[in-house]
Amino acid sequence: MWLSALFAAVTVASGIEYQSDAVKAMQADSFGNPGLLWVDRGAELWKQKCTGCHGDVASMKGVAARYPRHSPQLGRVVDLEQRIQACMPGLAWESRDLLGLTALVARQSNGIPISVDVSGPAASTHERGRSLYFERQGQLNLACTNCHDANVGKTLLSEPISQGQPADWPAYRLEWQSLGSLQRRLRACYFGVRAEMPAFGSDDLVALELYLAVRAKGLKASVPGVRR
Amino acid sequence: MIEGRLRVPGSVKAGEPFEVRVLILHPMENGFRHEADGREIPMHIVNRVACTYGGREVFSVDLGTGISANPYLVFFVRAGQAGELKVEWVDDKGERGSARALVNVA
Repeated sequence: MWLSALFAAVTVASGIEYQSDAVKAMQADSFGNPGLLWVDRGAELWKQKCTGCHGDVASMKGVAARYPRHSPQLGRVVDLEQRIQACMPGLAWESRDLLGLTALVARQSNGIPISVDVSGPAASTHERGRSLYFERQGQLNLACTNCHDANVGKTLLSEPISQGQPADWPAYRLEWQSLGSLQRRLRACYFGVRAEMPAFGSDDLVALELYLAVRAKGLKASVPGVRR
Repeated sequence: MIEGRLRVPGSVKAGEPFEVRVLILHPMENGFRHEADGREIPMHIVNRVACTYGGREVFSVDLGTGISANPYLVFFVRAGQAGELKVEWVDDKGERGSARALVNVA
């Protein structure tokens, strides 16, 4: 199985490749992508609160492609949501404000290949994420790799199994009828294998996000994504 | 206020139909769902969307519970001369929202 995992990882394919034509069209729609309702809110907030320090949001180009990363100020590895929360304390996980700002900033890196730094202080987090990815858990006793490497492209409950790539997040998930963070999506996988869900912002979720970003090296994002 | 987005073409031909796109931020709760503890989630939907052009109503629709969250409507309007297109929506609690755009006729 490790051999197939190795081969599957050779070509990275965004989760949108595993979606229907209708969902692909929805994501590509520059007006009707419902995630843009959150981005609009993010743009409004950026104008009110962020321009003072950061200027135009275009200055954020390429930033999201380097996250999660180790922040010297915070002394730990953080994802984009946590970095924004550090700037603006009080923004709750999955609130429209936080999702909107995250999507707005992440959007500036659309088309830029994901490339995260796991040298130095981020190395231990990366190692933790990698071991979580291969660790079986929950009542179904499944590791991420059992679906997202070994069974990619096969069908699980009428849905094709994707490679579990983190590009395009935050994404509008039709099941949620809302934009949601990558952490929310990861928690949904924990729920799916009947494991205990880590809290939002927990070190484990950030470590997993970092490992996924390493795994997605070179993949280009298209935020906000749309998924079933 | 219920937020939304509106898009019309930059410029249209006189008398030719042009596409109007509307996307509204709304949960569209159909009233048939329950919380985990059994409590009903009350119905909460946008039930009317109307479009006026130069003050005259040119399109309207009554929405029901079968419409998904964040409704996306596309319809066609004809314009003889330049004017303001305004789309208004209202939900069953009486909350409103609107968007407007100027239409240039070439």
